[in-house]
Amino acid sequence: MSTDETGHGGAKTPQSAGNPGGTGPEFLQLITPAGERISHPEFDFWVRDVSDEQLCSLFEDMTVIRRIDVEATALQRQGELALWPPLLGQEAAQIGSGRSLRADDFVFSSYRENGVAYCRGVDLTDLLRVWRGNAAGGWDPYSINMATPQIIIGAQTLHATGYAMGIQNDGADAAAITYFGDGATSEGDVNEAMVFAASFQAPVVFFCTNNHWAISEPVRLQSHIQLADRATGFGIPSLRVDGNDVLAVMAATRLALDRARRGGGPTFIEAVSYRMGPHTTADDPTRYRDANELEDWAAKDPITRLAGLLERKGLLTAELQQQVKTKADAVASDMRRGCTTMPDPQPMDIFKHVYSTPNSWLERQQDHYARYLASFGDPAGAVSEEGAR
Amino acid sequence: MTQLTFARAINAGLRKSLENDSKVVLLGEDIGALGGVFRVTDGLQKDFGKHRVVDTPLAESAIVGTAVGLAYRGYRPVVEIQFDGFIYPAFDQIVSQVAKLHYRTRGAVKMPITIRVPFGGGIGSPEHHSESPEAYFTHTSGLRVVTVANPQDAYTVIQQAISCDDPVLYFEPKRRYHDKGEVDESVDPAMALPMDKARVLTDGSDVTLVAYGPLVKTALDAASAAADEGISIEVIDLRSLAPVDYEPVVASVRKTGRLVITHEAAQSGGLGAEVAASITERCFYHLEAAPVRVTGFDIPYPYSKLEMHHLPGLDRILDGVDRALGRPNSLSGLEG
Repeated sequence: MSTDETGHGGAKTPQSAGNPGGTGPEFLQLITPAGERISHPEFDFWVRDVSDEQLCSLFEDMTVIRRIDVEATALQRQGELALWPPLLGQEAAQIGSGRSLRADDFVFSSYRENGVAYCRGVDLTDLLRVWRGNAAGGWDPYSINMATPQIIIGAQTLHATGYAMGIQNDGADAAAITYFGDGATSEGDVNEAMVFAASFQAPVVFFCTNNHWAISEPVRLQSHIQLADRATGFGIPSLRVDGNDVLAVMAATRLALDRARRGGGPTFIEAVSYRMGPHTTADDPTRYRDANELEDWAAKDPITRLAGLLERKGLLTAELQQQVKTKADAVASDMRRGCTTMPDPQPMDIFKHVYSTPNSWLERQQDHYARYLASFGDPAGAVSEEGAR
Repeated sequence: MTQLTFARAINAGLRKSLENDSKVVLLGEDIGALGGVFRVTDGLQKDFGKHRVVDTPLAESAIVGTAVGLAYRGYRPVVEIQFDGFIYPAFDQIVSQVAKLHYRTRGAVKMPITIRVPFGGGIGSPEHHSESPEAYFTHTSGLRVVTVANPQDAYTVIQQAISCDDPVLYFEPKRRYHDKGEVDESVDPAMALPMDKARVLTDGSDVTLVAYGPLVKTALDAASAAADEGISIEVIDLRSLAPVDYEPVVASVRKTGRLVITHEAAQSGGLGAEVAASITERCFYHLEAAPVRVTGFDIPYPYSKLEMHHLPGLDRILDGVDRALGRPNSLSGLEG
């Protein structure tokens, strides 16, 4: 890894061998699972300005996105959402990185970064549109500088790299950041994205959340070396951080963004975390993973950890806890209302936005289908399984 | 008017687009100093710089995928896929991203990406260099697919494709790259025939012959040979394959009552099937005979010594014309 001009962040994460899921002392940690703040000669610099007030704010953010996640999972169980991909356990990775971004940076994420979307200021109803089946996409990406979630594994890393090449051409000092998981590091697109990012020294941050599981496949099936070490083969400096430590994640992300803004090219961050829930609400992890593993990781919970630090600092007051709970409840309730009162899409909406300019094939089909629908008294009858004739 | 080869005409069109819009960037393998393996981008990097004409690493999915990111950022990327058979590594980015992002973002994000693909056979190449993959893309909603058959169209349509806010696959008939033709560089692409319109090339009364790309020349040659036999063929250059402009084809078939479609691509599930079905739907009572397809076979593109058996040639097209006319032909006496 190259040393920054500031002299900070030149830390070399030790080479690993054969332990892609390992969480030993070889990764960057600033808060221990017990909530103790440990100092780091280089990375303290990157969070030196994080005040007590900001620590409380990070605690609130993490609590709120966990609440969003729990509420969305409940909405799925109640039949209000078709599917939901929980982020439980990954709150520090998402908030620590998401809160490091500037408004003019651009995010290209997978489907699990709902906490990052929260940081970008997404409308909570928009967060659910896709999962309710109401729309192909939740929001206008330019309104929050975040692409709508990508479902094809790893495809978004190329978009981030191309966007970063555009930033470079424009002479701007913004950065692109792309989020993906451990499984994605096996995809060709992610590897090609690293080739391009390195070749063009594009201002892009590869943020890999190693949550240990790609649906049922453990990370050791994806890689025989630590994921962070994959990047160095492309000539991209990498950092391996405790993904359940919000300060460590923030320090690494800030370093990477700073490097990108100053023309230093891409950085790869492996945030070591754990997917405490299922892959999605349709998944059943009891079929493939050991309950003991879950217990081990529960002891490293990102929110409990930050709460521990706040407690040591005398900041975890009853008032703060009440305030955070009130906020989380309010957000959840807003989101639920947004979900259940979302207007249903109309049948002819499926033809919208396929093209941005008129298309004769589609216009004809649309016209014919409109006539077909009109032949029913109630258009809903047109799609009843029993038929309406 | 100047005489330009097909390749130079595309080059001139690309140059015009680079001059007119600073957001136009070219991406591809060997398109810089070399000017592309067919020299279509000759001299452009020298004149517009390495940031506008970008030699990329060898990864087709990344070429298209980074074009998506550039489009997000407001650019109009023009991607060169070196050969037709090299497009498949980029298939996911084209089909799942380029084609669907406008839909996925409910119109917020435009994908004005042009993907240039040299296509078709007849150049004596090994495998993967002579394919006609257009039907994969015409079957994908969200994409526009165009072909060009003469230097003037090559020059004009490349500019129309680049200025289109939808993604366009622009298929270049590589065996015609060195053919020369008159090109009027003063043509304003915005005033010219839109790229999604077909063009009737010859007026005829007996048979409608639909072709596109490299086979337009063969179709014209067939029409003139047929004229010697007293058969009047109306040749239509389809130009746009998605969407197909059916109006002139419908008008022609209502006049001739007979339809022959030819393409190099394999027959099953190809454009010929689509055109035959659509024209049958729209002109059933005007048809005097079943539509005839004269196409490549359902085989992998063959080794070059036999490729001319695979590619529809002048006589095979005329055999199809005979079938449409109910004249003696190679399949006379066969049913179905």
